[in-house]
Amino acid sequence: MQKGVMRPGHVQIRVMNIEEALDHYCNLVGLIETDRDEQGRVYLKAWTEVDRFSVVLREADEPGMDFMAFKVLNDAVLESLSADLQAYGCDVENIAAGELNNCGRRVRFQAPSGHYFELYAEKERTGKWGVSNVNPEAWPRDLKGMKAERFDHCLLYGTDIPATLKLFEDVLGFSLAEQVVDPDGNRVAIFITTSMKAHDIAFIDCPEPNKFHHASFCLDTWDSVLRAADLLTMTDTPKDIGPTRHGLTHGQTIYFFDPSGNRNEVFCGGDYHYPDHEPVTWKAEDLGKAIFYHDRELNERFLEVLT
Amino acid sequence: MFQIQVLGDSREFRCGENTSLLSAMAKVGINCIPVGCRSGGCGVCKVRVLSGTFTAKVMSRKQVSVAEEANGMALACRIFPKSSMVVEVVEKKLKK
Repeated sequence: MQKGVMRPGHVQIRVMNIEEALDHYCNLVGLIETDRDEQGRVYLKAWTEVDRFSVVLREADEPGMDFMAFKVLNDAVLESLSADLQAYGCDVENIAAGELNNCGRRVRFQAPSGHYFELYAEKERTGKWGVSNVNPEAWPRDLKGMKAERFDHCLLYGTDIPATLKLFEDVLGFSLAEQVVDPDGNRVAIFITTSMKAHDIAFIDCPEPNKFHHASFCLDTWDSVLRAADLLTMTDTPKDIGPTRHGLTHGQTIYFFDPSGNRNEVFCGGDYHYPDHEPVTWKAEDLGKAIFYHDRELNERFLEVLT
Repeated sequence: MFQIQVLGDSREFRCGENTSLLSAMAKVGINCIPVGCRSGGCGVCKVRVLSGTFTAKVMSRKQVSVAEEANGMALACRIFPKSSMVVEVVEKKLKK
């Protein structure tokens, strides 16, 4: 049952060189820089997003994800979800408004997977970038690179997937859209959503907690995914896999790496999910087809290269 | 161009000083060093440099500590030869 968590709001990613990262995320992926803060963090957004930022880059000596945040309906929901998290047994950290520029107070907790998540209700609403909210044009003409439309989801690798699913379902109101189940009945991957999207966040079982597999950005068409592949070659950017289709979610996709080794995805299409839908199940023994629908073979790099 | 040898593998390859060891290897279709993110982040291509000189771009500290770097450990995707080199793969993290 939905509990007022609307959508992914932002992700803070560690990069080893901020200028190289900006060239990648702005000129190649097509995000737009909207702010910087006194810590040196840089704030980015994709053009269809209505809030001030969705990606925060922080320079550090190792790559990975600091945290991912979800926007909730309003402050009353934030307050009640914070209480629910604590009642459930989570340690909750309150982060004051303004710690991230133009963002309201955040409630941070650690999932059993080891990852840090945040909830917040307020962020400066700047509207879609480059188009008006009245009689809007189809798209802004000065977008760069892959012209990413929105930050869509993350896939994270971590520990205790069953407890992580229970937390997201029972406390935060997410719904299980797809799952990978091994022959013993264990869930080894979960794709969960708080919307109609096939996933707002996904987890894969891993002995090490708090690992980052990828941040994903939405494109409009398959042609845009092919064009993204062209741009990877033109810029000599390390490609991981694709262009191809996933079995899981059926999205059309390509994966590549940022200059610090964090994996990115750009994708289009895919299935939808309503809360009354039964979860789609993939068998772990058919994981090759589940992940790479065309090759139907597993790729060790996709499974084991993490930051 | 410098000659690059990976310990225990007979397939040597050549690498210029503006190309990473890993990239030079992959371009000629050799796979004796595992290929991961190719951006200094994942640590899959970690090697121990046994001989030769090189320059290195920044590498994840989680994958190569300061002490390790001082002892010749490096990520093959982030090192650029200044001479012929012999390296040894540290960990076959990927099955292939």
